[in-house]
Amino acid sequence: MIKFLIKGILRDKSRSLLPVIVVATGVFLTVFMSGFLKGIFNDIAELNAKFNTGHVKIMTRAYAENKDQVPNDLALMDVKKLLSQLKIDYPDMEWVKRIHTGGLIDVPDSFGETRGQGQTIVTAIDMLSPGTHEVERMNIKKSIAKGSLPVKQGEALISDEFAERFGVSLGDKVTLFGSTMNGSMMFNIFVVSGTLRFGNTILDRGAIFMDIRDAQLALDMDDAASEILGYFKVGVYDDIKAQQLQASFNTKYSLKDDEFSPQMFRLVEQEGLGDYLKLANSAGTIMVFIFVIAMSIVLWNTGLLGGLRRYSEFGVRLALGEEKKHIYKTTIYEAMLIGIIGSVIGTGMGLGAAYYMQTYGLDVSSITSNIGMMLPSVYRAEVTPSLFYLGFFPGVIATVLGSALAGFAIYKRKTSQLFHELEV
Amino acid sequence: MENSSIIKIEKLVKRFPVGKTEFTALNDISVSFGAGEFAGLVGPSGSGKTTLLNIMGSLDSPSEGDVDVLGRSVSSLSHKQSAKLRNHHIGFIFQTYNLLPVYTVYENVEFALLLQKLSGSERKKAVMDSLEWVGLTDKVKSRPSMLSGGECQRVAIARSMVKRPEIVLADEPTANLDSKNSHNILQTMKNLNRELKTTFIFATHDEKVMQYLNRIIFLEDGKIVKDNLINDSKN
Ligand SMILES: Nc1ncnc2c1ncn2[C@@H]1O[C@H](COP(=O)(O)OP(=O)(O)OP(=O)(O)O)[C@@H](O)[C@H]1O
Ligand SMILES: [Mg+2]
Repeated sequence: MIKFLIKGILRDKSRSLLPVIVVATGVFLTVFMSGFLKGIFNDIAELNAKFNTGHVKIMTRAYAENKDQVPNDLALMDVKKLLSQLKIDYPDMEWVKRIHTGGLIDVPDSFGETRGQGQTIVTAIDMLSPGTHEVERMNIKKSIAKGSLPVKQGEALISDEFAERFGVSLGDKVTLFGSTMNGSMMFNIFVVSGTLRFGNTILDRGAIFMDIRDAQLALDMDDAASEILGYFKVGVYDDIKAQQLQASFNTKYSLKDDEFSPQMFRLVEQEGLGDYLKLANSAGTIMVFIFVIAMSIVLWNTGLLGGLRRYSEFGVRLALGEEKKHIYKTTIYEAMLIGIIGSVIGTGMGLGAAYYMQTYGLDVSSITSNIGMMLPSVYRAEVTPSLFYLGFFPGVIATVLGSALAGFAIYKRKTSQLFHELEV
Repeated sequence: MENSSIIKIEKLVKRFPVGKTEFTALNDISVSFGAGEFAGLVGPSGSGKTTLLNIMGSLDSPSEGDVDVLGRSVSSLSHKQSAKLRNHHIGFIFQTYNLLPVYTVYENVEFALLLQKLSGSERKKAVMDSLEWVGLTDKVKSRPSMLSGGECQRVAIARSMVKRPEIVLADEPTANLDSKNSHNILQTMKNLNRELKTTFIFATHDEKVMQYLNRIIFLEDGKIVKDNLINDSKN
């Protein structure tokens, strides 16, 4: 009987072709869009991880609570010891320290008088120690507009827009004013080795990048840091591993009643990235849901048309002694078959397209005129295992639902009436 | 004749709901058919021929009265039982052939057997035998669209005969055929009736069919008005 049905589906193009196309298209879109959404989220999350959140981040409890104010008086202490301990405890991770602070940059003229002043955001990372990945991680080389990376202590990079505005040339000296960790006034002179383009308004208006050692000296933070970031050496964020890591770290190092004790935060707990991930997931679910409904309606209607066309077939089958229930069941089986065929085709196409977008990506660098380090220039899809089965839910559910609805109209008719219609 | 009747109808009434009232399509019908009959229901359009055939084929149920087919009371059968009765014991032939267009001649005939539990080789033998009776063994792989009307109706006969039913119900089987093809398929059915003792019951107003019948039952307004036995029917 099944063989008989398959033959019918394959031969009756009007019965199979349109539904298969509908299902394949819907499944294709589901699979591809899911892969692409996932990929874009990952791109954005990884970018955030690199610049800001790490895969995990360690701060003091107090610093974390007032993070917006970059309160370095609440920074982590005894960082050397902590870092060497972390390297032993969690060898799968790479650990780096960073310092953030705010200040004022003063550009002097040839007589040493102030020529211009601007607010600045200070980011200090490990630029100089051998084997550091920080320069690469923050994509600094590609973002350099003029000049080059600092090669020794006392050199820094400033934002290109700022340099233009105040006529700062490479090799010029600028003074950074701010306050130390202990709250006293500090100023420090840096040589501008290059300028940076960020693609982020605030940073472009005024930012300075320097080596962490310089910042530690200037800010009286000799063995301190604003935060320690951890990165999975495999390169991608894994929330399950991150949760285990977090639990282990916080049990060992974080003291409940000491607000200066360190505490670990995961990527998704920072900067609303968790909400964003949830949004991406629910957008995916909503999308699948819409596809199921839209496809069901289309398939219901094609099923009705098909059903009308097949009244005579159903009538004959009744006359030949098939039960109405059985006929209804076989139309559902047919729908399942069509749904599976369509889903296989759609999944194949969707995976192909997602795989293509994973390999080559969508290059938006020509659209966004400013290539900065804060924007992904290529959006990529991600082929995950779930993409292989995800499409089958909308595909098979929609066909079965569509033909169940269509078949119901036929099922509810009386045998004799069906039979009557077949003769006219 | 009475003791070997395979269909026995007593005081059958069939009403159809029409809007809020009812329409009586068959009124107080009592009639029996014996094994091996070649009988016809004849009457003007709307006289109830098709309705009576459908009830005998358990596609429809009586409103009143008893209809007994092969010892089973039709009105007491479940869906499943009446499907089984049709599947094993009753063949249908229609005016419009009603072959399944996507299947070959062979598959159309085979379909009736797929619902029964037969082995592949048993099915094949039955299908080929039945196509041989109607002289279409050379068209097994053809699709209905490639056949003439006469050939289609012969496939339909093969389909109704493949399960060797006791009864074949044929509703205007010649209405769409020319005279030559009509005689051809009537002759085929008559031969099957003689060789296999299958009972044939027709609904018709075709003179050509009547020439072959050995019993003609006249219906008018849902009532039997005449029941003629014809002993000397055309070969
Ligand atoms: N399902 C139904 N609902 C209502 N009325 C019906 C139904 N089926 C048949 N009838 C009516 O019952 C009467 C008998 O119909 P039937 O089809 O048996 O006639 P018939 O003798 O076969 O006519 P024809 O020669 O035109 O085929 C007709 O008046 C018809 O309109
Ligand atoms: Mg009729």
